[in-house]
Amino acid sequence: MTRYLNLYFTRIGFSVLTALVGVLFALPLVWFIFAPFNPRAEMGLAIPDPFSLSNFETVFGNRFALRGLWNSLVQSVGGVILVGAGATLASYALSRSPIPGKNVITYILLLFSSVVSGSAAMVPIFLIVNGIGLIDTQIAVILVFAGGLLPTAMFILRDFIDSIPKSYEESAMVAGASPVQAFFDVALPVIRPGIVVVVVWAFVNIWGSFLIPFILLRSSEKMPAAVAIYSFYSEAGTPIVTLLAAYSLLYSLPVIILYLFVSWKFGFRFFGGIKA
Amino acid sequence: MASIRFDRVTKKFGEFTAVSDLDLEMGDGEFICLLGPSGCGKTTTLRMIAGLETPTSGRVHIGERDVTFMHPKDRRISMVFQDYALYPHMNLADNIAYPLKVRGESETKRHARAREVADVLKIGHLLERMPSQISGGQQQRTSLARALVYPSDVYLFDEPLSNLDAKLRLEARGFLNHLQRDMGMTAVYVTHDQAEAMALATRIAVMDAGKVVQYAPPLEVYRRPATTFVANFVGNPPMNLLPVEAMVADGNVQLKAEGLSAAPLPVSRAAARALDGNTKLTLGVRPEHLTIARGGEENTISGALFANENMGPETLVTLERDDAARFTARIFTDESLALRGTVKLGFASEHVHLFDPGGTRLPMDHESA
Repeated sequence: MTRYLNLYFTRIGFSVLTALVGVLFALPLVWFIFAPFNPRAEMGLAIPDPFSLSNFETVFGNRFALRGLWNSLVQSVGGVILVGAGATLASYALSRSPIPGKNVITYILLLFSSVVSGSAAMVPIFLIVNGIGLIDTQIAVILVFAGGLLPTAMFILRDFIDSIPKSYEESAMVAGASPVQAFFDVALPVIRPGIVVVVVWAFVNIWGSFLIPFILLRSSEKMPAAVAIYSFYSEAGTPIVTLLAAYSLLYSLPVIILYLFVSWKFGFRFFGGIKA
Repeated sequence: MASIRFDRVTKKFGEFTAVSDLDLEMGDGEFICLLGPSGCGKTTTLRMIAGLETPTSGRVHIGERDVTFMHPKDRRISMVFQDYALYPHMNLADNIAYPLKVRGESETKRHARAREVADVLKIGHLLERMPSQISGGQQQRTSLARALVYPSDVYLFDEPLSNLDAKLRLEARGFLNHLQRDMGMTAVYVTHDQAEAMALATRIAVMDAGKVVQYAPPLEVYRRPATTFVANFVGNPPMNLLPVEAMVADGNVQLKAEGLSAAPLPVSRAAARALDGNTKLTLGVRPEHLTIARGGEENTISGALFANENMGPETLVTLERDDAARFTARIFTDESLALRGTVKLGFASEHVHLFDPGGTRLPMDHESA
């Protein structure tokens, strides 16, 4: 009997503890959902009373902030296209072609990427971009992001493609397909789940970045949302909580939508036609 | 349809020689099986016909065309892969019709043709399904349908049945045999299963360590295995091999070994010459040529009973000799054999194979060598 009681209390204690931990993590999220609709929002958690969209009205009146969201989208989509296309082609070649020393190439690239995208390389990156004359252009931001993310993307994708049997493309080529046809008809659809993962990862990375656009861009109308969010700070540097909350919600929506869309459309899954 | 010719072909992967100096002719309409253990170079040989590997040196011809460096798509070949390689994002109809798609056929035409072939292979009712939704046997037939959907000079099979369970494998093997009789296609078929090679081939090329050890019709390979390697590979269970001492006198050879009583064997003159000075030979007898011996007759071998396995129509009796060598007999009876202790197995002189110390078979007197 005591054994059962013991077990009983252990279960209860465990449940209470996990519930507390869960609440600890949930609180900021709840604040994040409620605060934007509360015209008197503060750092504390409160149910909106009255429930109002006035915060959003003010935010939508801020041209600079809205433009920031648009700029973020341009930079992210541009970067994602470059990273997605570049990483797919490069990792496919690295995986399938008999280039000697291709493993070394991949690892060196990975090593470089952690240097290039880090803030340590900010000064040389700025000097290079300045030298090419691309300072204060969206292209510069897109290129630097693509360069920084590509090696890791290639590394992830190459691993993925390595795990896909060559016989897919081989059977296509034997059946009469050119290498290009075999790639687009057979290899690309099979690799797609891997590409989707890389694309989402790259998008989230660029979308949330502050430092690179902040340094490479000059004019305020080109700044992305991560920089524009500072327009909701007062001159003294204190955040205007109400507007910040509303803007943050808007800022995070595209990422959430992207996740939902991808898991609905592709489901981050993989289906097999190869008999193992 | 076309013949295939290998002209002194060598293929190396780095330091490893997969195929070494291969000369091989495969006739138009023949069904050639490349048989051997894994790593013997049989798959590499097949892939060089397909164009998926390029020879390090030498030439490959299909018909009159030198295809050594030709891209696979231009070779007019079909291939069935071991893993089937069905495209997971296409349904069966599109999978089967894919070769027609790359040939620029219209969708109506290629789907009609896919249905035709699928009906022959009894997967016509599955055309809307995805590859992941059908069984292994159906996947195998789908990959076969994709190979048959367009006319080819040569049909290549890379261990197509090895992923099927035993029953399905027999069924598919029978179907392939039927297909070959029906179409008279030129086919090259890679397998490590000697039964598949025996059942399907018009000629078998037994390969070992990148070389063809014997290239002959199945029955010839079975009756006169060129080497101990072939003897050990073809036949189930494999041929029993026993090291023996040999003495030649008056055109006869007398074999001696522990527990062996052998009648003097007439050997051919060529073999007698080869025997000159060689006293160590290998004796080979197939399990199906052994019987349970009763009295003190000649041509027997004895040993302690090791296993007695009743398989239904036959019983496998295995002896273990003092030198740990085992001898297996296939006794064709559906009655259980009550055996114990030391058992004697008997054989007829015409079923004896002799191999020289290098493993090469010696021609016997009754064979026109």
